[in-house]
Amino acid sequence: MAKAKPVNELRCAFPSWSANEALARSVAASFAAQLNPTCEEVSDLKCAVSEAVTNAIVHGYRDSAGEIQMILKIYADRTFSAEVRDRGVGIPDVEEAMRPLFTTDPEHERSGMGFTIIENFMDSLRVVSSPGKGTRVIMKKKLSMLPIQK
Amino acid sequence: MLTQEDTPLRTVTAGKTLTVFLDGDIDHHTARLIRSRIDTKVYIQRPDELILDLSRVCFMDSSGLGLILGRYAKAVELGIAFKVANPSPQIRRILDLAGTERLIKIESAHPSRRAW
Repeated sequence: MAKAKPVNELRCAFPSWSANEALARSVAASFAAQLNPTCEEVSDLKCAVSEAVTNAIVHGYRDSAGEIQMILKIYADRTFSAEVRDRGVGIPDVEEAMRPLFTTDPEHERSGMGFTIIENFMDSLRVVSSPGKGTRVIMKKKLSMLPIQK
Repeated sequence: MLTQEDTPLRTVTAGKTLTVFLDGDIDHHTARLIRSRIDTKVYIQRPDELILDLSRVCFMDSSGLGLILGRYAKAVELGIAFKVANPSPQIRRILDLAGTERLIKIESAHPSRRAW
């Protein structure tokens, strides 16, 4: 789907504090603005990024603080890509974690819908995880074509 | 600076119905405080019906879904009727993905919206 070389790229890193969830999705929305997305597309991207960053904070760095990296890319074919990386505990069974309503943390009212929301709001989702080493969540969405306003 | 902690929960009580007007962003960061505020209000007031009005919520992710499902569970426990009102189309999609409507009544254009 996406060309090998992005036309623009943004890399940032921040501590796994919950206040940074809003920061991360705002950064992603601002970066994607270059593609002149629709309001619905912006909402989708924000929500998907928020889910991935929240996962890193709540599950990746469960009882500790760590660094979260976010790598945003846009491609010539209007594909937006976001990768969220943590060096936390990792996910032992990715397939199980991606199942709708699966959660390891029901007592904190986690709905278990994070990955399902990303899958539905983006075109593709890839989760690469090694227990003890961390998790990478890579998601892509091709934005619609709109006439460019001159 | 006015922080979220300083902002009171906006509620309207009509008879035995308590409507809570949520606003701003509901994510994992903000959900904890919102949750405890709603629960405190409900435990003190003991309404017959609790309505969460989402008309002024700008953003919500699965943490907001957890918040709503959690309040529903608490309401059932206490024998309180529970409703969600006025979700935006984006929030509605999240509620629908989780099949929320099988459990919870979702109403649009609730008359309480006019209060704002």
